[in-house]
Order: sequence, then C-alpha cells, then structure tokens
Amino acid sequence: MSEQQAAPVLRIDGVHKWFGDTPVLRGIDIEVAQHEVVVLIGASGSGKSTLLKTINLLEPVDDGRIFLGETDITDPRVDADRIRGRIGVVFQHYNLFPHMHVLDNVTLASRKVFGVKRAVAEQRGRELLERIGLADKARDYPDRLSGGQQQRVAIARAIATDPEVLLLDEITSALDPQLVGEVLDLVRELKAGGSTMLMATHEMSFARRVADRVIFLKDGRIVESGTPQQIFDAPREPETREFLARLQDPLA
Amino acid sequence: MPAPERPALERPAPSAVELDRRAFRRRQGGRSIAVSIGSTIVFAVLIGVGLVNSPGWADVQRSFFDLETAVEAFPSVIEGLWLNIQVLFFAAIGVAVLGSLLAIARTLRGPIFTPLRFAAAIYTDLFRGIPLLLVLYLVGFGLPGLDLFGRVPAQVWGTIALILTYSAYVSEVLRAGIEAVHPSQRLASRSLGLGYAKTLRLVVLPQAVRRVTPALMNDFVSMQKDVGLISVLGAVDAIRAAQIEVAASYNFTPYVLAGILFIALSWPMIRLTDWYTARAQRREQIGGSV
Repeated sequence: MSEQQAAPVLRIDGVHKWFGDTPVLRGIDIEVAQHEVVVLIGASGSGKSTLLKTINLLEPVDDGRIFLGETDITDPRVDADRIRGRIGVVFQHYNLFPHMHVLDNVTLASRKVFGVKRAVAEQRGRELLERIGLADKARDYPDRLSGGQQQRVAIARAIATDPEVLLLDEITSALDPQLVGEVLDLVRELKAGGSTMLMATHEMSFARRVADRVIFLKDGRIVESGTPQQIFDAPREPETREFLARLQDPLA
Repeated sequence: MPAPERPALERPAPSAVELDRRAFRRRQGGRSIAVSIGSTIVFAVLIGVGLVNSPGWADVQRSFFDLETAVEAFPSVIEGLWLNIQVLFFAAIGVAVLGSLLAIARTLRGPIFTPLRFAAAIYTDLFRGIPLLLVLYLVGFGLPGLDLFGRVPAQVWGTIALILTYSAYVSEVLRAGIEAVHPSQRLASRSLGLGYAKTLRLVVLPQAVRRVTPALMNDFVSMQKDVGLISVLGAVDAIRAAQIEVAASYNFTPYVLAGILFIALSWPMIRLTDWYTARAQRREQIGGSV
C-alpha cells in the first residue's frame, strides 16, 4: 500500500444495511485512498453490490456514515444528485440508454448535469471513444454493439465527467469470456491513469492483477483484507480459504 | 448462500449519528405533511370564498345545487345509470375482443395475411376518424332502417356503435404494447417450442397489456362517459333521465347529480388499476430509491 494520504477519497465508517429482517451489511469500514484500486470479493449475497449502491446513494444506509472527500454523503441534508455527479458508476448490465447513440450516451452528464457546451463535451467524448478504441462507433446505437463494446462505452460514460471515485459493479459478469479481456484491459489502463476505483468482481485473476487491496466480504462483514498476494496466496482466515478453494474447484 | 441454521440476528441499537438522521427525516416528513395540508386548505378556502361571493352565486346554487330536486330526481337517474352500467359491461367485453383481434391482425407477419392487415388498418383509420356521435346516428338510425332486424332496443345499437369506435382506439394502444415487448421475449418463447399463437397469448400479450394498462384505463374511463351518448338514440339512460327531470322541474340539479354518479362509477376502477399496476411493478422489478 502507498503511504497514507492526508484524506481518503472515500471513507466508509461502520455502515449497516438491512432488508427487512435480513442484515446485508453489518458494520463495514473501508477507506479508499487517492489512486487506489480496492477490489471487493465474496459470494453472491455477501453485500458487495449493496455496499456499492449505498455509496452511490441508491440505497439509504441504516447506520454508519460514508464520506466522499470531506462530505458526509449519508447526511440527509446533502443534495444526493450533486453527490452522484461526483461518483462514476459502471453496472453489470451496462445500462446504456438505447435511444441515444454512443456519443450522446457518453456526453449526456457533461452537457445536462455540468452544463458543458455540446461542442466541448463532444470533443472530450470523441477523445474518450478514441481511447477505448471505439471512435468509429460514435453515431451507432448501443444495441448494435457487442457486449464488450457496450461495457467499454459504459465505462467511458462513467469517466467522462472526471469523477472522484469510480464504482464498478461486476462489470464483466454479463460478458462472454472472450470479451472480458477488452474490458479488463481498459480498467487496467484507467488504473495506470490514476483513477480511484472501488469494484466488486468475481474475476479473481483480474483482482490479483489490478488491485492494490482486496477485501473479502461474507454475510455483510469484512472477513479479511490485504494485498492480493496476501489474500490469494496466504489467506489467514479459514472462511477466506474455503471461499477461494471453492472458486478453484466449484465441485469440491 | 443461505444458511438456515444461522440464529436470527438482532438489530444493533442505532448510533447517535443515525438517530440524528432519523430525527431530521421525521422533521422533514412532518414539515412536508404540514405544508401539503396547509396549502390544500388555503386553496379550498380561496375557491370556496370566491364562488360564494360571486354576484350570481345564489341563482346558480338554486338551479344547480338544489338538494330537494336532487333527492327527487335520484330514483330515475340511478335507474338510468343502471342501463349505462349494462351497456358499459357489454361494450367493454366487445371492445376487448374486437380490439385484441384488430391489434393481432395488424401485427401478423407473412404475405398471406396482407389483406387482413390491410383491412384492420383501414378499419382503425376509419373509426378513429369518425366522431362517435356520427357512428351512433349511422348505427342507431341507419341499420334499423334496413329492415333486416326486428325491434331492437336503442341501447343495443348504442352498444354496437361504442364497440365499433372504441375497438379502433384500443387496438392501436394494444398494438403499441405488443410492439414494445422486446424481440428477445419472442425468441425465448419460440425456442421453448411454443408456436406463434401460444407465444402471443402466453408471453407477448400479458406483457403488452401490462405496459399499456394506464392507456387502456384511460380509454375505459373515456368510454364510461361516452356511454351517456346513447341517450341521443332515445335510450333512457342516466343522462336522458336527468334531462327529463330537468324539463319537469326547470332545475339543472339532475345533470349535476348524473355527473357525480358518473364520477362515482369510474372512481373505483381507476383506483383498482392504479393499485394493480403498482403491485405488478413491485413484484417484477427491483426497487431503488431513485
């Protein structure tokens, strides 16, 4: 881990979340420093996605606080839309807008949330599309693109407004194995460019390669957290070992 | 992974921060309720005061809101409304059947069906274009004039006219719903071995209807009111009954009474569909606070 920065970009402080009588998050504490890539792993239902949703204020927390920079974003007095504007999100199912072509998808937030002029927004949008290798698709509609291309566009849309932190929620789970590579290459490129990211994934080989820190969640609790080498090669907790063993051999 | 043997978990006591947030939300909630009640009262009082203080209010009150006349007219108007309800019942069934057939005819593929598609298109264009009142006259006075049928009551002709007109509207709404169902749904259904008709009936139509329920309800409520137009054919429905009462008493209150009864007739249906669509949405879609 890099030496401690003055203030973390994202600080999750004792977050609890319940769905009815079911606890989903039971006291989660995570800090994400600038330029850091933190990867959440864990079985389905361990709370990874819910945690990302609470950060983007799509789900209210039942206790605890979340800070984005200096702002307590769980304070009901804050303007939720403004906070969401500072966070980029990429979803499992891309969630591109099917009635807009690719360039409009990418530039929508700049133009309509931040009031950037269309010409300026589109120039930036074209640069982004160039970077993700889809410059020739600018005027195509999302449904015409392959899954991998759609997800790359979704990533471009999320970073078009230079968010302070990028949340990636199982972004390769809906993709064919041969399309996973192109998306993951893009994420590695973002990491090299200094983006701060918090991501949930099932893709362990990728977590190993891109993560600064890996956090293993089970039943809404952090079981273990550490560098990828430590988590994958020398897990301390028996629960982590069991989870990883099951991944290696699902029939075990 | 669910672990059923896990003991039920107690919610921990909320922290000071969370208690503060809850208190704030409660205050916000209380404030917005207070504002909504306050603004409603002010609005109602303003309208009431304006109405009562208008120069002609006494005359209007006497000729439109006379309780005695309303009570007197009530039995005959409610009897007329019963006829409206009967007509509405049969017209709704007729519209559902004819409208669905038209919508399906318009979405059929394949060259064999061209004449059917074409006929359905002409039909909807024609009957959406003609004013309902004209259809009522043409059907109600024209068809009996052919002397092909025996004595048929006016309300039957009225029902037929309503079915003819409203089927055209409803079929277009349904067609929009059918076309809005994603093609992947058809693919999935056909891949299970379900044929064209079964795919339509079991997979496409249920989703289509759900999507256009608000629009269909709109048409239904609209028809509920237009049922009153059968009075032009001489059927003694609520409107006609009110008209007779008005002529007898020189007082317009029976019309107001009929209006209130029509609202009362449509209101449960509107609430019911709102409730039903909300429930279907809750069941089929995952929530989220935005």
